[in-house]
Amino acid sequence: MVASRAIGSLSRFTASRTLRCSGYICRSFTRASALLTRTHINYGVKGDVAVIRINSPNSKVNTLSQELHSEFMEVMNEVWSSSQIRSAVLISTKPGCFIAGADLNMLNACTTSQEVTQISQEAQKMFEKLEKSTKPVVAAINGSCLGGGLEVGIPAAFDMMLTGRSIRADRAKKMGLVDQLVEPLGPGVKPPEERTIEYLEEVAITFAKGLADKKITPKRDKGLVETFYLTEMTSYALSIPFVRQQIYKKVEEKVQKQTKGLYPAPLKIIDVVKTGIEQGSNAGYLSESQRFGELAMTKESKALMGLYRGQTQCKKNKFGAPQKEVKQLAVLGAGLMGAGIAQVSVDKGLQTILKDTTLPALGRGQQQVFKGLNDKVKKKTLTSFERDAMFSNLIGQLDYRGFEKADMVIEAVFEDLSLKHRVLKETEAVIPDHCVFASNTSALPIGEIATVSKRPEKVIGMHYFSPVDKMQLLEIITTEKTSKDTTASAVDVGLRQGKVIIVVKDGPGFYTTRCLTPMMSEVIRILQEGVGPKKLDSLTTSFGFPVGAATLVDEVGVDVAKHVAENLGKEFGERFAGGSLEMLQQMISKGFLGRKSGKGFYIYQEGVKNKNLNSDMDSILASLKMPSQPDVSSDEDIQYRLVTRFVNEAILCLQEGVLATPTEGDIGAVFGLGFPPCLGGPFHFVDLYGAQKIVDRLRKYEAVYGKQFTPCQLLVDHANNPNKKFYQ
Amino acid sequence: MTSLLTYTFKNLPNTSKWALRFCMRPLSSSSQVQAAAASQTKSKKTLAKPNIRNIVVVDGVRTPFLLSGTSYKDLMPHDLARAALSGLLHRTSVPKDVVDYIIFGTVIQEVKTSNVAREAALGAGFSDKTPAHTVTMACISSNQAMTTAVGLIASGQCDVVVAGGVELMSDIPIRHSRKMRKMMLDLNKAKTLAQRLSVISKFRLNFLSPELPAVSEFSTSETMGHSADRLAAAFAISREEQDEYALRSHSLAKRAQDEGLLSDVVPFKVPGRDTVTQDNGIRPSSLDQMAKLKPAFIKPYGTVTAANSSFLTDGASAVLIMAEEKALAMGYKPKAYLRDFMYVSQDPKDQLLLGPTYATPKVLEKAGLTMNDIDAFEFHEAFSGQILANLKAMDSDWFAQNYMGRKAKVGLPPLEKFNNWGGSLSLGHPFGATGCRLVMAAANRLRKEGGQYGLVAACAAGGQGHAMIVEAYPK
Repeated sequence: MVASRAIGSLSRFTASRTLRCSGYICRSFTRASALLTRTHINYGVKGDVAVIRINSPNSKVNTLSQELHSEFMEVMNEVWSSSQIRSAVLISTKPGCFIAGADLNMLNACTTSQEVTQISQEAQKMFEKLEKSTKPVVAAINGSCLGGGLEVGIPAAFDMMLTGRSIRADRAKKMGLVDQLVEPLGPGVKPPEERTIEYLEEVAITFAKGLADKKITPKRDKGLVETFYLTEMTSYALSIPFVRQQIYKKVEEKVQKQTKGLYPAPLKIIDVVKTGIEQGSNAGYLSESQRFGELAMTKESKALMGLYRGQTQCKKNKFGAPQKEVKQLAVLGAGLMGAGIAQVSVDKGLQTILKDTTLPALGRGQQQVFKGLNDKVKKKTLTSFERDAMFSNLIGQLDYRGFEKADMVIEAVFEDLSLKHRVLKETEAVIPDHCVFASNTSALPIGEIATVSKRPEKVIGMHYFSPVDKMQLLEIITTEKTSKDTTASAVDVGLRQGKVIIVVKDGPGFYTTRCLTPMMSEVIRILQEGVGPKKLDSLTTSFGFPVGAATLVDEVGVDVAKHVAENLGKEFGERFAGGSLEMLQQMISKGFLGRKSGKGFYIYQEGVKNKNLNSDMDSILASLKMPSQPDVSSDEDIQYRLVTRFVNEAILCLQEGVLATPTEGDIGAVFGLGFPPCLGGPFHFVDLYGAQKIVDRLRKYEAVYGKQFTPCQLLVDHANNPNKKFYQ
Repeated sequence: MTSLLTYTFKNLPNTSKWALRFCMRPLSSSSQVQAAAASQTKSKKTLAKPNIRNIVVVDGVRTPFLLSGTSYKDLMPHDLARAALSGLLHRTSVPKDVVDYIIFGTVIQEVKTSNVAREAALGAGFSDKTPAHTVTMACISSNQAMTTAVGLIASGQCDVVVAGGVELMSDIPIRHSRKMRKMMLDLNKAKTLAQRLSVISKFRLNFLSPELPAVSEFSTSETMGHSADRLAAAFAISREEQDEYALRSHSLAKRAQDEGLLSDVVPFKVPGRDTVTQDNGIRPSSLDQMAKLKPAFIKPYGTVTAANSSFLTDGASAVLIMAEEKALAMGYKPKAYLRDFMYVSQDPKDQLLLGPTYATPKVLEKAGLTMNDIDAFEFHEAFSGQILANLKAMDSDWFAQNYMGRKAKVGLPPLEKFNNWGGSLSLGHPFGATGCRLVMAAANRLRKEGGQYGLVAACAAGGQGHAMIVEAYPK
């Protein structure tokens, strides 16, 4: 049930709350010509209810800009001064959007924190006036309503503020954020979207009238907090300063643990809320606008906003619409990847054949897809009926029946070139001419796979990341022979699967694997130098990686890591050297393949949350121990040894043309490999922290370890010329 | 009181808004005159087709339809169904051994009598050699029973079939929870005391929470009343319009009851209680009274209320269907022919109750008739809002073009020919039994008011719908 519409009565968000996250609703606007007519807002009066309709021109979304802001104040002043009007309804005439989130371009355009603070304060004022309105104002919210209007001020609501969670309308009602829900209507005698807005307006007017006539009383006795978290007892407890202090402390600790102190915003929010509660709302407002201004100027904020823009770019198909839309998909291999690819396809309504060679293997894959969908049912994001309908898009089979109708085949068989060749030839014998053959591989060059193809222009690489249903990235690899339409088709399918897409040129390791491999090599060396897996994990996560380096090896699979390291080592030679592959070899021979075999650096058990170190690794680590180099083995050095090798290789990929744009490099690194999001990806990192500093680091390590740390030419160019930036 | 009601009714056609809004033809004072005029301009003289057997309804009966929880509350569904069958036997005097087959429709199944048709037939004294089966298709279950009968006769498999339907909402199967059921079944299988104890040890208190039969649409989890309210909103149908329509239904039903027009009702002596002789849900009220009710589904601003919805009903119906030559050979004077019929289905979320809109034009086209050829419309009234939404949809070019793939609107059935003897809103709606009532109402109206063709249409859960043409048997 898509209950995306809500009616919330703004007039009810009054007094007792202390503070609102108003900053996020600011939006920039091009100054329109100084016409006297209002362009963003029109309003009419129905009976004694003013209906204020927001409709920003030439935009898909409504945005709280300075213009809209001033028009809105103008209208509200008329509403407040008119004796005929007793209440007001605020509504957007755009289907699916009330007021969208912050315009990052505007915040970007601000050069000082004062400017941002100013914007924030203006919005605060507007909301304060609304809050103190003597006439009831009902906000009829249709679709996304981000930031503004949500007022918070009590610790129990922290979670929502800090993580920027999206709340479904029905939850919002339960939490007391909105008062009434209006469900979307179906077809009538006009388009459903249009009628739904009309209906919403009708209902809102009834409410506004009811409020003005005091027929409806704003029921706030069970508000945001009480409903969910507090009994009377705890309400009382909250009035005691000591208890509040404990709560602040607890929340801060939790935030520290989650963010490792790398993201400044959550802590500032706590700070602001604290100010609001302890020193009154005016101090809270002031503090909020100031902190917001400061935050907008941080490197983290720039990095994250950059990522947001990059993500938006990578969600578009720059190759245009494919000649023939893929309707029938086939996935070869029902392993972890194959089933994952099938899952993200069927849940978007794509007819998908999942083929494997044995019934048990196929069954495992089918079960994986079912489980993935069923988990969503448990979380109530799907109904069991929707799950069943999606699951019926999946056809499991052992033969090539129906492949003659396939528009695209994605193979996800084992990473073995001769096997891939065999599968390609088998498939090409049965598929139609227009069908695209995509290979899901993390390192095998697509060009080599395509050598046995009769139609290499239809062969492309689609590198998914595990687990496919969770990882957003899709790396598409084109060879010189791949046609533009084939690429367009692959990007189209990827976008329909909900992926963020980078398109790179073929080569050993493409982009992502190639960046990761030297870092992995360094991981092994660091382990050999006597840093334990737990220590290494904590160093990497405290730098901002979501997964520790040793854990990452376990997750990827030791055999896969070795396979890749060997292959790329051959291709790239000394630059990829570092730790000894012997370690991986020994792990494989003992069966320590990582998570999938239950043992790697850690021990993995079903249902056990805290993983323990695998003590059998001690002997392997001991036998391969190398002396550590004290000059470059401080905690910080270890972190930078890992990161600089990664960054250097990424920039080399751009230099060599594997990457088309720095944006794709950043998106690939963050969304595919977990490069710290607070750094914005390798290219943002270089821009924001300075190429020179990174080159200095590399030179320092080069002196100890040699060529592996030699900065690439493009990076050196950037260091030599401080005006050169990847993002202008 | 009575005079007040009569007064309301008399004034209804002139004063009510819907009459004006839908631009009804003015009510003719004499229906015969109008029918005679209409029959002269029919598109077709008859819907008989060469080389296809004519199928007739000899007659049909129903038990009085009662509000759930009233006089039928201690019965089981097959008791009601048996009453309908006995009534039919009595009314038609058909020899039991002539009946080739019996089909009943039902929605909420009593698990003990899942083939309720068979249990009722045996109890009603039909030959144990007469097979019987039960069908289900939500609110059009007995329509399905009748059209199945039509299929059996048309294909030459049978000559005489009894079709009917039954619903007993006074008692519904409430189950133990799945966990409890599983435990009980495991307990059955456990052999030793130790095994039994280990099964019992798994018991948790929440196992005891019962499971009710679904009242909501399985695919969308939305209750029908909720959907009806959204439908009414989508077509911008006001609460007042809905209340007015409901009042019309009750007023017309009341008049039909008072004038003895509901001749398909057979009295039923309920064991241990008085004989029930008439429907008990017909309660014409006033618009003021109705306006006081709170919305039943979408609270607090919805428009569907208890007063403008059909109520939970107990009841059963049965019709005797024969091949025309068989009926004539047995000396019967049939009431009507069953002609073309149509089943449709659409989106169960937003168009759950629009079945009649889709089915009507299709069945008319199939039969080669137009809206003007129809003398008696009998539409199932699930909700006032649903009926009015269907009428608006049929009157909308936009809807026809965008959702039905038609060039122009279906057209509006004239309200003076529409559910003239009340409908499900007032007479009641035992889910499985309504279809036969609609057919008999159409047949009886054609006989009483004159006219040749009747159109029966209904919506059903699952987003399905049905329509059938009933042709009066020449007098």
